Amino acid sequence: MPSKLNDAVLGLGAPGDDPRNPWFSWSYVSQNTDTLLAALREHLFLTLVAVTLATVIAIPLAILAYRVGSLAGPILGFTGVLYTIPSLALFAFLAPFTGIVKPTTVLIGLTMYALLTIVRNTLTALRQVPADVLDSARGMGYGKRAMLWRIELPLALPGIMTGLRIATVSTVALVTVGELAGWGGLGELIIGGFNSNYYRPQIMTATLLCVALALVLDLVLLAVGRIVMPWTRRRAA
Amino acid sequence: MSVIEDAIVWLNDPLNWTNPDGIFARTAEHLWISAAAVALGCAVAWPLGVLMGHVGRGGPAVVTVTNLSRAVPTVALLTIFPLTAIGFGPPAIILALSLFAIPPLLANAYLGLREVDPEVRDAGRGMGLSGWQLLRKVELPLAVPYLANGFRIAAVQVVATATLAAYVNGGGLGMIISRGFGLGLASGGGQVLAGGLLVALLCLAVEGVLALAEKALLPKSLRRVKHRPPASVADALPAGS
Repeated sequence: MPSKLNDAVLGLGAPGDDPRNPWFSWSYVSQNTDTLLAALREHLFLTLVAVTLATVIAIPLAILAYRVGSLAGPILGFTGVLYTIPSLALFAFLAPFTGIVKPTTVLIGLTMYALLTIVRNTLTALRQVPADVLDSARGMGYGKRAMLWRIELPLALPGIMTGLRIATVSTVALVTVGELAGWGGLGELIIGGFNSNYYRPQIMTATLLCVALALVLDLVLLAVGRIVMPWTRRRAA
Repeated sequence: MSVIEDAIVWLNDPLNWTNPDGIFARTAEHLWISAAAVALGCAVAWPLGVLMGHVGRGGPAVVTVTNLSRAVPTVALLTIFPLTAIGFGPPAIILALSLFAIPPLLANAYLGLREVDPEVRDAGRGMGLSGWQLLRKVELPLAVPYLANGFRIAAVQVVATATLAAYVNGGGLGMIISRGFGLGLASGGGQVLAGGLLVALLCLAVEGVLALAEKALLPKSLRRVKHRPPASVADALPAGS
């Protein structure tokens, strides 16, 4: 009877489960806090570097595609093709050249995927700036540069922030794939737990930390967006 | 440059193609696992999305499902499912992959029904069609371009994601890459590169074939419909692959 109850509480318990291999265990967490924190730090580091690099490259690229119409097609086409190629294949292309000793392979791969989300969202956002607004700005004597900084970018900012949030959350999930290329953050614990006797507490704890990290970063970006764009707050209220 | 030569040598060895775990067998495995996952995803997501779109409720739920699926690492689900009652083997892999097929299928099915012109709907109702008849004779046919688009996005994504099954020894073309990494980059680098190339080619081929099929199979009258699915749905994809 108690074992059945236990299974029901755990929800996922299979019949004949080894009670020494539960889905979650506080003793695992307390005994391996250092390992978990180290993996979390690596995960955060990879995510932040990749998203920052991607943002720095993607926004100018999107502005370029917006300004020079003939470049929009090739840039969108390239990002579309890249999107079709799975991350593991991309790591496989890079790893023989960049190696797995340093996180270079994983960072290049993650940056490229984040890049294309941000480019697409930024370009869409810039294109949605109403034509009448641009016309009146032009009528008021705004030059190209002033228009970009004071009209187009601020109006596109909500869309850009959405792209950043999607890219960040996706990158957190994608970091785990880096495990094969030597740098997977919490992914190393997930796969490592699977490979060492299917150790459930480790797999589950690392997965939960991964999802939690994604949600926390998403909320941080949401808060940043509200601070940077007070006007959207007023509209919502 | 020797890595590139290694990759060419590896690809030129006929045994690497015809072995029981060679490229042909791995590709077949990759494709049938993906097909099963997409079929399962369609069986769940389409009725649900069509129903929600017909009733006009559940938009926030669709968005929530999409956002959540982005935060959950594919690798984690692929690792967790074999350790549940499902057990090791293809069913666990298929189930995990199908979960990542659901968001684009669901979002496009819902959107397809919501985008039906309200006037067309009104006209149908004015002709005395019941809710069920309206769905079957008016709304569903008009939503076909969206369903097709969702199917293509989901299928391409699942084929890409199925590569990750290699992390849990689950088969597919990804196994070639993971075996290569297992040998170490010094001796397996060529195999890693060759595997990456094969996976990328398979994904691009599936994308191309499905795009052509979508063009060829959709009736002209539906293709002329101006409202193509907006970029937001394509962008609402989880990039977990």
